[in-house]
Amino acid sequence: MVRFPASEKAMPTTSLTVNGNAVSVSADSDTPLLDVLRNHLGLVGTRFGCGAEQCGSCMVLIDGNPEKSCGKALSTVAGKAVLTIEGLGTPEHPHPLQQAFLDEQAGQCGYCLSGILMSAKALLDKNASPSRREIAAALDDNICRCGSHPRILRAIERAAFEMREGAGR
Amino acid sequence: MNTNPPALPPLLLDNPRLDQWVSFPEPGRVTVSTGRVEIGQGVLTAMLQIAAEELDVAPDRIRLQTGDTDLTPNEGYTAGSQSIQFGGVALRLACAEVRGLFLDHAAAAFGYARADLAMRDGRVTRGGAPTGHDYWSLAAAIDLTRHASGRAAIKRASEHQVVGRSAPRVDLAAKVFGMPVFVHDMAKDGMVHARVVRQPRRGAKIAAVNEAAIRRAAKSPVEILRDGNFLAILGADETGVEAAAAVAPGHVSWDGVDPINPAQEEARWLLQQPSIDRVVGAPPAQPAPAATRREATYTRMHIAHASIAPSCAMALYEGGRLEVWTHTQGVYPLKAALARTLKLDPGAISVKHVQGPGCYGHNGADDAAADAAVIAVRKPGIPIRVRWRREEEFGFEPVSPAMVTTVHATLDSAGHPIDWTTEIWSGRHSSRPGGGGNLLAAEALPDPPPAPPPTESSNPPGAGTRNGEPLYDFPQKRIHHHLIAETPVRTSSLRGLGATLNVFAIESFMDELALEAGADPVAYRLAVLADPRARAVIEKVAAMSGWQAGLPSGTGKGRGIAFARYKNLAAYAAVVAEVEVEESVRVTRVWCAADAGLVINPDGATNQLEGGIVQAVSWALKEGVRLDTAGISSRDWETYPVIKFSEVPEIAVELVGAVSDNPPLGVGEASGGPTVAAIGNAVAHALGARLRDLPLTRERVMAALLKG
Repeated sequence: MVRFPASEKAMPTTSLTVNGNAVSVSADSDTPLLDVLRNHLGLVGTRFGCGAEQCGSCMVLIDGNPEKSCGKALSTVAGKAVLTIEGLGTPEHPHPLQQAFLDEQAGQCGYCLSGILMSAKALLDKNASPSRREIAAALDDNICRCGSHPRILRAIERAAFEMREGAGR
Repeated sequence: MNTNPPALPPLLLDNPRLDQWVSFPEPGRVTVSTGRVEIGQGVLTAMLQIAAEELDVAPDRIRLQTGDTDLTPNEGYTAGSQSIQFGGVALRLACAEVRGLFLDHAAAAFGYARADLAMRDGRVTRGGAPTGHDYWSLAAAIDLTRHASGRAAIKRASEHQVVGRSAPRVDLAAKVFGMPVFVHDMAKDGMVHARVVRQPRRGAKIAAVNEAAIRRAAKSPVEILRDGNFLAILGADETGVEAAAAVAPGHVSWDGVDPINPAQEEARWLLQQPSIDRVVGAPPAQPAPAATRREATYTRMHIAHASIAPSCAMALYEGGRLEVWTHTQGVYPLKAALARTLKLDPGAISVKHVQGPGCYGHNGADDAAADAAVIAVRKPGIPIRVRWRREEEFGFEPVSPAMVTTVHATLDSAGHPIDWTTEIWSGRHSSRPGGGGNLLAAEALPDPPPAPPPTESSNPPGAGTRNGEPLYDFPQKRIHHHLIAETPVRTSSLRGLGATLNVFAIESFMDELALEAGADPVAYRLAVLADPRARAVIEKVAAMSGWQAGLPSGTGKGRGIAFARYKNLAAYAAVVAEVEVEESVRVTRVWCAADAGLVINPDGATNQLEGGIVQAVSWALKEGVRLDTAGISSRDWETYPVIKFSEVPEIAVELVGAVSDNPPLGVGEASGGPTVAAIGNAVAHALGARLRDLPLTRERVMAALLKG
């Protein structure tokens, strides 16, 4: 569109892995990873909440660590592996966390859930048998305003149990 | 089967044609329409259950249309815990009438005895056997443009197959798998992102704009659009637009911005303001002797909705028609407001609801929609997406007003109130856009509408006065209301409205009176409460929590109870809270018993009660909007903290009388007030000292302890 050109200058290209796929992104190197995911790659499951790394709605895993993507410049994730909610599971092949959230009906508006699921994934990857207290502490960077906390905590306990049982089978 | 009286529910009077609610567009499919919208409360699932039950079709045959001015009934706002109590009841009656019409027609057309006919998953059966007829084969013969009679027989609870079951939410899977379900996730070809540079205050005028500095920050091309005092930044690259918007407030100077008084963040300033006064109830017969009179005053700061995401909307103006996608609570009122703001024919506007972040009242959603619409009509053919900034949502959404409630009681010789006055000072609790006032964009454009006049709804339900009348059987009770017209910041509805502070005040005072009378708080309440449903929830929650009378106070651990029937006409809820108080308050456990009449989806109702409890713990312990001379200064999650996962108590909720032929009662706001009050009572029990100002912060605990 003439009136609103997307850019006037050639943009640098950054390569990274998103949900197991190698991608190259042409964008300013200080573009927030969240904008890259949502606007350049069309992965809108990672949600914008505050843009200030305070609410956790945009949580993704970068090389396995939970990070708020709104505060990560594209240049800092070059060559790294990013996992988003779209890479966690699908309706056909849900991750045990996603299945447990459905089983526990853990959510109301659901806007915070993508980020919470990614924080929970990072926790369970490191600690297969977290206590209720450890789960809550791992989610203290995620805000849920609807008050679905009790269900979310139960769902993560349930997923941890299912995953341990699955691993033992 | 029972027969309903022919008096139509109000929403069927407003939307009388049956085809406004139900249609059969293709074989095997049913379209059901509701004006109610999903705001995180699970209403879609409940409406689906209601329609499936009364139509006798499998839920997966139903396509639900919601909140679309082109397609759905006008039900005003999705608010006030009224979706099931009113919207669901209207839908239920419409569906029951449709089913009855089809069975009547089958009987008449084919010579069957009507009593032998029933509907099974959309198919007409006779004595239990298929007849070969169904909704779809008969649809052409039945005129659903007719008006509802209201005479249809609805099912009894004992006949329910779908209603009363905890059906899983229809909207949850898409959210758990990160699908594009929110209006924030919409994208359209040629879409342009926009941010608005807000007027610091109503009436402020742009003095100067440093456009070059704003453009520099964007790094990508942006257009700066200005009309009157409406200023917006537009561009194809959202990152650039956001960067420009972040610095823009520092590059625009304004005239006509009077400083406000930051001390007004605490509520007691209300007592000195001019007010519009009203009394509900008869004045006291005689002034009572001073020795029998008691009073206490309770306050609350302004509270933010603090939705998890800032508001967002999309608008497209093309060929003289405006389409708006929004997470508003009321597509029809917003359409009317947009028509007036844009001077467009309402017939040229379509407003469509798309889900947004959890909504607990009038937040920035309508304003964001107006922003997008105002820009769209100036950029025909271009889809305009406006997403507010986080600090914009905190700084410019209408907040719930600060309040003061003083309770006055005259006691009999047993220490029970014989005369009760709840005296309430509050700014307005409703300023929804409706007819065109109170849209920020409209205020910034040339020829702004006059400021909307302050309003208060009559009781019940009331707004600031909501739950101002206790349900207890006091011989005399009344409300004195002081509506404050001028508030330092824009105020409107938040979950519970005035009920939160009024229930806190009433239930705190009941405990204070019980203490003076040497009575157990549960027994003291039951002694003045005849309503059997009210008694049942109090007795239930006492049993659930293992309530014990006479536990010592001042030990640092405490328990408190509180009760209310929301609006005095929706669900009953009683709550027990358990706290530990050292320097600050920690809520460890909460029990809640609620009677919501017939419950459509028990897990959905429980989820709402739980969510209300968690939000109320946050209100009680942490929340209060901060002000500086420029307005709201708490514009992020650090300056407006809400409850964290590690601060959430263990919660147990039970529904009382959920399978019943009692009408369904709104449940979404029922647990909040009682939870705040139960926490207050538990803190008083733990400390042996009463805190009457919310939130119950560390500073207030320390002050109460020092005062002794």
